[in-house]
Amino acid sequence: MSTLAFVVVALVAAALATFVVASRVRAHAARRSAERQERRRRRRAPRMDPGTERRAERRARALLRSIVNRDEWEMYRDLGFIRVIGRNAVDGTSAGAYCYLIYPHKPIVAYLPGSNSLMSEYCVEFPDHEERVYGPKLPDSDDVLAKWMMIRADEEDLIKRANMHLPGRQVDPQQVRRDLWRLKVWERDRRARREQQGPPQAAVGA
Amino acid sequence: MKFLRLMPGRGEVVLAEGDPRLSEDEERLIDEFRNQLDSGMWAAVPTMDGSTGRREALMVRDYGEIPDGTERVIFFPRAAGG
Repeated sequence: MSTLAFVVVALVAAALATFVVASRVRAHAARRSAERQERRRRRRAPRMDPGTERRAERRARALLRSIVNRDEWEMYRDLGFIRVIGRNAVDGTSAGAYCYLIYPHKPIVAYLPGSNSLMSEYCVEFPDHEERVYGPKLPDSDDVLAKWMMIRADEEDLIKRANMHLPGRQVDPQQVRRDLWRLKVWERDRRARREQQGPPQAAVGA
Repeated sequence: MKFLRLMPGRGEVVLAEGDPRLSEDEERLIDEFRNQLDSGMWAAVPTMDGSTGRREALMVRDYGEIPDGTERVIFFPRAAGG
């Protein structure tokens, strides 16, 4: 009797062991297969050159520089944004009743230059859905250029297409106020430098 | 005249180049202009205000709207609310 029980227990144990080993072998095989597929997928995926985005941005900056006004380029180079005076509300002093700050890949911020009061954010993007490798985002300076061209060419249309929000939704109002202060200092320093340099040569001779 | 397109990961790419006074070049430019607008691009021409010297831009929706003497037409994806 005890021999029979021993044989039965041994058979059950052997069956269980076989089941456990088989399931482990299956899991191992599945893991190896998944790893092989992943390696194959990686080999097929296009290799991203880490310098590509930097080169694209360098080209975009050169294009932006060649298209916008000199003061606007220098503002972008030094401060990281461009201030554009609203075309539809130029007041008697030609200072502009409202202005826009153009940031790369952030909403356009409208504000009143007299009081530096923030008016609204205009969220607008230029996604290129045809681009599969690099994604839909333009380089930073190309995004700024597209916004600048839209504002200069057809401000109303841009504003119509953008999603308008109250200030502070995506751009930190404190950051914008700091940027407006930096802009004021930048313009003051620039004026002072120009005054130090004196009038242009032709005017001196005249 | 050069047609440039702003592209992700590349910066601007020259799509076409030619002298619009030559009929062969003009046909090629017109075809490319249509292709770009059909694929959802917008076109802008950098300009300069003659009286102030300030640089401006002009949106063009048709090849015929491109001002004479234009050196560059910039194509970029349509604006969408973000």
